[in-house]
Amino acid sequence: MANSTDILEEYSDKEYEFGFVTDIEMEVAPKGLSEDTIHYISAKKEEPEWLKEWRLKAYHSFLKQPEPHWQNFELPKVDFQDISYYAAPKSKAKYNSLDEVDPELIATFEKLGIPLSEQKLLAGVAVDAVFDSVSVATTFKETLKEHGVIFCSISEAVKEHPELIQKYLGSVVPYSDNIYAALNAAAFSDGSFVYIPKGVRCPMELSTYFRINTQNTGQFERTLIIADEGSYVSYLEGCTAPKRDENQLHAAVVELIAMENAEIKYSTVQNWYPGDKDGNGGIYNFVTKRGVCRGAHAKISWTQVETGSAITWKYPSVILQGDYSSGEFYSVAVTKNKQVADTGTKMFHIGKGTKSRIISKGISAGEGQNSYRGLVHVGAKADNARNFTQCDSLLIGDRCGAHTFPYIEAKNKTATVEHEATTSKIGEDQIFYLNQRGIDTEKAVALIVNGYAREVLNQLPMEFAVEAQKLLSISLEGSVG
Amino acid sequence: MLQIKNLQAKVEDKQILKGINLQVNAGEVHAIMGPNGSGKSSLASVLAGRENFEVTGGEVIFEGKDLLDLSAEDRAREGLFLAFQYPVEIPGVSNINFLRTALNEIRAYRNDPPLEAKEFLKLTREKQKLVEFDARLANRSLNEGFSGGEKKRNEVFQLAMLEPKLSILDETDSGLDIDALRIVSNGVNKLRSDKNAFIVITHYQRLLEYIVPDFVHVLYDGKIVKSGTKELALELEERGYDWIKEPVSTEPVN
Repeated sequence: MANSTDILEEYSDKEYEFGFVTDIEMEVAPKGLSEDTIHYISAKKEEPEWLKEWRLKAYHSFLKQPEPHWQNFELPKVDFQDISYYAAPKSKAKYNSLDEVDPELIATFEKLGIPLSEQKLLAGVAVDAVFDSVSVATTFKETLKEHGVIFCSISEAVKEHPELIQKYLGSVVPYSDNIYAALNAAAFSDGSFVYIPKGVRCPMELSTYFRINTQNTGQFERTLIIADEGSYVSYLEGCTAPKRDENQLHAAVVELIAMENAEIKYSTVQNWYPGDKDGNGGIYNFVTKRGVCRGAHAKISWTQVETGSAITWKYPSVILQGDYSSGEFYSVAVTKNKQVADTGTKMFHIGKGTKSRIISKGISAGEGQNSYRGLVHVGAKADNARNFTQCDSLLIGDRCGAHTFPYIEAKNKTATVEHEATTSKIGEDQIFYLNQRGIDTEKAVALIVNGYAREVLNQLPMEFAVEAQKLLSISLEGSVG
Repeated sequence: MLQIKNLQAKVEDKQILKGINLQVNAGEVHAIMGPNGSGKSSLASVLAGRENFEVTGGEVIFEGKDLLDLSAEDRAREGLFLAFQYPVEIPGVSNINFLRTALNEIRAYRNDPPLEAKEFLKLTREKQKLVEFDARLANRSLNEGFSGGEKKRNEVFQLAMLEPKLSILDETDSGLDIDALRIVSNGVNKLRSDKNAFIVITHYQRLLEYIVPDFVHVLYDGKIVKSGTKELALELEERGYDWIKEPVSTEPVN
């Protein structure tokens, strides 16, 4: 009989379900980044001059930025000149209706569980599907229009709503923020745009599905969500990529703006290709996500379930500018094999009576390394600001690691900042208990892990909570026994 | 139902069971008593398939199958239930969700379809009532923050839900006050039938006043040294364990 450490250590490579490649004719920009590349992208997208200028400024900022060195992993050398910055299905530049979309593309998204054809639409969820560099379809546009909600690709928004883009693009994450944000601003190809007008409660979940398909491309999408006074929106992003031996860079930027009394709930189920069990291939997921609560009583809530990517590196943050505004961060990050996650959040308390809540659940298996890194900053004027942070780590086996780096800066004496942290291992006793009730080890681990992550999973919209639960179980399949 | 023949087992390098013989038939309740460290709980663990025990000899036949050949989960699915002495806590997993998973796994093993939500809830309510289990506890996380007594009562509730053929109660009475002991025993008594059997492991005769056994066995130093009827338990209560510390028989009893 195997002893306890064997059972927990034995680790097999679970096949990545979404590793297929779609064979479709693509238009791919030559590799490398230069002013010419930016002119090329901008021309392809028929962009206005001001946007091209902004991209060029970002490009020069990118050239001057050093790569960060404070992260808890060895930063792999990314050759920015070996990446293609634009890839689009060749068939047609713009689709007027779904009938014009290449059936191969529709089939790809179906295979990923994202039906785009009207009769199969997910009830109550509007989807924007992004394939490599372009958005291929946005569903339920008309229904949303009736409520005054704008939900389209960002390229479309540049053309249709330039005043909103010009006002808000880069207003939360300036292009100079960090090297990857600069790279994104210079080279972003597509992404989603959402505007919810005053007092409107968005009638359905909005969702963007990102798919990287082409080899040697990076995906640099940009998402911009604006919730005007008293409005509400719940938004979800999902993502997958084919299995490839080389690493691919994904450097996205997400900006959220919540006005007075508005609420934005942003959920991510991230399942980029994690690489094989020896650590070959996989996505580098270097993302900048930040929201600002501009007005009083605004609320922004980030929920993330991170199971994929070779390296996940991101800190969805909230700037609590409006008085009594609140920010939340709920996270489950799974690392197995040789995956690395360095993730967490930053909460900037600026307004009076601002509140933030951070619940982070790390799960490490195999040789996975999981770090929580978080900053709670309370500014001088943030009277009676309150924060609660809980970060828990769960270890499966004894070759993985969990690390916690909480930073607290309080410049106001009336602030209340709480921090709790726990580390636990899935116990032999727990598994045996479930075995004795007829539940096999694989299911037992799934049950224990889902129980552990429940507080976070509960935050996801219903349709996706089930999906996320399954994903957690699948990601950890083969991690024991 | 269960035949244990010359069962021997060790943990690390320590021989714990040194040749156990026991036969349990449907409809019977067997009590196993004995001083601390005599191997009572080890016997329960070996039967349930705990991995850190190594069987070094003998055989166990359960309902015609070689029990020792089966994984822990298959033993459970075949109808063997262990009420743990120290039930574990599993945070975030609701008691009900856990039971539903367990029940459906056992049903799948027997090629029965999963129980519909409605039927499951009906069954849950029925069994809660039967064993006087608080509905609020049923909806909480599995054993998390339960008192010792509540955990033991949850074991009996699970037993009621899963309807095993053979139940092993491992010191279910330890840590129970007199009221809890009465409730737990009543639950078990209601579940007794001519189709199932119980092995009740206990330290004290007190439990056996409530759950009246058909047979009492005394385990000492990894062997059953004396077997008898419920009167034996009374005698042990009076005289202690010293007088039985010589093995009398290694033949199968019963």
